[in-house]
Amino acid sequence: MREIPVDTVTQAVSDLCIEANTCLPEDHLQALQRTLEREESPLGREVIEKLLENAEFACEECIAFCQDTGYAVFFVEVGTEVRFVEGVISKAIDEGVRRGYKEGYLRKSIVRSPIDRTNTGDNTPAVVYYDLVPGHGLKLTMLVKGAGCDNMSALRMLTPAEGLPEMKRFVIETIEKAGPNSSPPLTVGVGIGGPFEKAAHQAKKALTRPSGEPNPDPELAKLEEELLEEINATGIGPAGYGGTVTALAVHIESFPTHIAAFPVAINLDCHSHRTASVEL
Amino acid sequence: MSTEPVHLETPLTKEDIEELRTGDVVRLNGVIYTARDAAHARQAQAIEKEEPLPFDPEGQVVYFTGPAPARPGHVLGPAGPTTASRMDPYSPILIERGLRGMIGKGSRSEMVREAMQQHGCVYFGAIEGTAALLARCVKEAEIVAYEDLGAEAVRRLVVEDFPVVVINDLYGGDLYEEGRKKWRRSDP
Repeated sequence: MREIPVDTVTQAVSDLCIEANTCLPEDHLQALQRTLEREESPLGREVIEKLLENAEFACEECIAFCQDTGYAVFFVEVGTEVRFVEGVISKAIDEGVRRGYKEGYLRKSIVRSPIDRTNTGDNTPAVVYYDLVPGHGLKLTMLVKGAGCDNMSALRMLTPAEGLPEMKRFVIETIEKAGPNSSPPLTVGVGIGGPFEKAAHQAKKALTRPSGEPNPDPELAKLEEELLEEINATGIGPAGYGGTVTALAVHIESFPTHIAAFPVAINLDCHSHRTASVEL
Repeated sequence: MSTEPVHLETPLTKEDIEELRTGDVVRLNGVIYTARDAAHARQAQAIEKEEPLPFDPEGQVVYFTGPAPARPGHVLGPAGPTTASRMDPYSPILIERGLRGMIGKGSRSEMVREAMQQHGCVYFGAIEGTAALLARCVKEAEIVAYEDLGAEAVRRLVVEDFPVVVINDLYGGDLYEEGRKKWRRSDP
């Protein structure tokens, strides 16, 4: 068994919170940069240039590039040979969020219940999904999820007869409805299959994939490309001001499902697409 | 659509905003006020109870934002616009009281757009993902009401060349609709 003191996790989480919120990941920056060549609208190009300038400035100054420093979402891959010592892992992650959001001058955006709406004051609790994997490793992947684009996300339980054509229509319909509200250019996470909650989980997890990296399944990769093209034909454009770049990437994750089901979940992420990960 | 930015001093007069057209690039200078979800709910309550508002809306511009905390030496933490439609239920009562401008992102409801045209108010868009750059345009910041709301408190900001684009003008224009229509390559 490999023993990992939970303090190590707290420090790693705190660092991830600051890194993810202040420096846009390189793959996302490059994806934004590439859109300058294909965005046809001058105002759209101006928006992209401003986004890039903002990202550079924020990273230099170590300040958040978007004020909505979001939910702190973690995908944690824990090796079966790992044992956490000197504390409880979930508490250690919350402590890391508390520390990172304070030391990084990040906004605390979490309220303790949707009804009561009192701010928890430290951006906890973190939203954590654990996966058990073989071995001694521990990998933490953080996704900072702003509410503007999360609010425009959607899930529908299609029937098998409706199938793929309806799934594609639903993706486009969701993007059209979101319009400027989701702060394009977007990263679009699509989860298909599983029961109800699995589809949503897959859609969120899909957002952590490096920008534009295709699904290993060639059919899904082709579908990602087709959807991206259709999304960019909507004309919504950067910041919704009109243009030919509405999304940077579509990431689809699929999971086996029931003979009676075809769940589809779409999780949108805005142009401030924030992920960071670390292996301990 | 004017290509050169229009420089405007706040508070805004009706004449100032009559000149503006959807798509115009504007630089705002002077005082603007921040307010978002919770501060709007409180303002609506104050109006209902006939209590004073945090600021007299006449001629003013409200910025829908909840800034991140400021690092030492910074006037304001990163502060980009939030989704304006969440303020739709509250905006008309402020527009009726003379509010001349709103800064946010995303589409407004029919009801808000009608109130804007009827009473004289424009809706400006700022780019959400430029929060760090936008905060740099803020030269002074102080909380003037609802301090207990933290990031959602009402702040009085003094801004210099704050970059916005006219989304909805007084004549029914809507940059989001027009932009999408112009660049669409698929059937709606």
